[in-house]
Amino acid sequence: MANAMEIYQLLPKTNCKKCGKSSCMAFAAALLSREKNLDECTPMLEEEKYSENYTKLKGLVSPAEQASETGMIVHEDRCIGCGNCVVACPVNVAEDPKGAGSGNAPTNERVILKVEDGVVRLSNVEDCRRFGENKRLCSGCIVTCPTKAIEFV
Amino acid sequence: MEREYHVCTGCALLCDDIELREEENKTIIDSACRKGVAWIKNCQHPLECTVDAKDATPQDAIEKAAEILKNAKKPLIFGMGNSSLKAQEKAIELAKKTNACIDDTSSFCQGPIVEAILNDKIKSCTLDEVRDKADIIVYWGCDPSNSHPRHLSKFSYFPRGKMRQRGWEEDRTAIAIDVRKSDTAIICEDNFYQIPPKADAEFAMALTEALSGKVPKVTFGIKPKEILELANILKKAEFGVIFAGLGVVYSMHDLSPMENLLEALNKKTDFHLMPMVGQYNMRGFNHLLFDKTGYINRVSFEGENIDHGPQCSVVEVLKEKKADAALIMGSDPLSSLPGSIAANLKEIPTIVIDPCKTFTSQIADVTIPAAVTGVECKGEAIRMDGVEIELKQMKESDKMADADILEKIMEAI
Ligand code: SF4
Ligand code: SF4
Ligand code: SF4
Repeated sequence: MANAMEIYQLLPKTNCKKCGKSSCMAFAAALLSREKNLDECTPMLEEEKYSENYTKLKGLVSPAEQASETGMIVHEDRCIGCGNCVVACPVNVAEDPKGAGSGNAPTNERVILKVEDGVVRLSNVEDCRRFGENKRLCSGCIVTCPTKAIEFV
Repeated sequence: MEREYHVCTGCALLCDDIELREEENKTIIDSACRKGVAWIKNCQHPLECTVDAKDATPQDAIEKAAEILKNAKKPLIFGMGNSSLKAQEKAIELAKKTNACIDDTSSFCQGPIVEAILNDKIKSCTLDEVRDKADIIVYWGCDPSNSHPRHLSKFSYFPRGKMRQRGWEEDRTAIAIDVRKSDTAIICEDNFYQIPPKADAEFAMALTEALSGKVPKVTFGIKPKEILELANILKKAEFGVIFAGLGVVYSMHDLSPMENLLEALNKKTDFHLMPMVGQYNMRGFNHLLFDKTGYINRVSFEGENIDHGPQCSVVEVLKEKKADAALIMGSDPLSSLPGSIAANLKEIPTIVIDPCKTFTSQIADVTIPAAVTGVECKGEAIRMDGVEIELKQMKESDKMADADILEKIMEAI
């Protein structure tokens, strides 16, 4: 995933505010956090001179568009199904202490992360600590992943 | 609803919580890692039944195999790490009956550690104890994140256990000692000690010195202070375990530096060592042969007499061309042994029993497809920690179990 600076470099950098943000840099940050989507930058869509950058940007930000409501992306190609994230997730531990919270198969449906067919799958994302208004910067699943297959945007 | 769990035979962790379910006519495998799923979904190129590279019936192939073994003066029986306990037992009987040399992959991997454990030279424990009690976990010369993907999550570092309820963040310390920063070492963060290749013995000796209050010195870039700090962490363990990988076995001339380290640790605390066995039932073969002969591998039968030693190892037997026929089970020496040595298999009649095509099966005179134990037939196996595990059948198959194939070959001899 790109950072805000990389995104900014490809934007028109005119600070025209048509997207509703005060500057292109603010728009870049909003793209990253998924508050805005790329097509809200109308000059990029309409003006021919930006078309090349538009294509590049689309490639950069589209992973974020696939992210779940919490901004979580699982790169399935990198996931080895080790289950570290499953057992490290505090919600999994609270909801299923003997199953997913102990490194075993989950015993109920309230867990957020579980391994299916060798890769991790998300469910009940609204229970993730990073979800909603009172979100906390939980990182259990990210720091325990040996292959960096989980990312938050 | 009662859940039905299966055991994965993808590696010697034998994870026992695998579930299968049908979704849109496809079988989904729950809880197994990617390696396990690939194993359970079976090989891309199943082995065919052949004699002299031509299609044959299992009966013809079995008869031909029996003929080869009967006519041989000194056959070699090798493999068995991916075979059920029953099949391994039959293979040992067959070796006795045919005056064969019998050996397995432990001969060039984890054998010395298993041998030291069975001879009570090294204190070991079970994975269940690790999960319930271990507070200090050392991954030495191994990278389970890749070789045994669920090792950390199911048994060693992350799970909450009976005496480790506060989890890995507070209750456990993971340490990696390796020649490179592996995926497992990344998880150990600051507790990673990078040593040069072949320096494992030196590092073990330095740690032993540190434990006895001396100032440890090593010839590479780890300072005495760091070694003392590590020794301090280790000796404060309530229940410690070292998971020793191939890096340890390959780099030590013999295991004595490790044995001395464990002895020093056990004067102060409770420390254990476990070999990171790869194939799901390698340890099973070692246990069975040990029970019958007192040796875990490299045995040659001559009537009632038993010879044992490097001269009976698969490498020596092939290199010195001592075998005049070979039976290879669930193993692929042509890809795991040095090419020049394994190539000698081409010069003697060779029988391969395996679920999948391998390099070795391509040069074999007789190939007999076998069911995958724990997937296509049931059986038993011994996990990497020495615990016997019951394997269930997951799906229907018309292939014979490896034990049945050996039984039929013995009948035909
Ligand atoms: S961010 Fe925390 S709560 Fe959310 S899935 Fe990851 S570990 Fe679980
Ligand atoms: S920790 Fe990473 S590799 Fe392991 S199951 Fe989770 S996402 Fe996949
Ligand atoms: S860790 Fe080994 S036994 Fe467990 S699911 Fe993966 S391959 Fe199978």
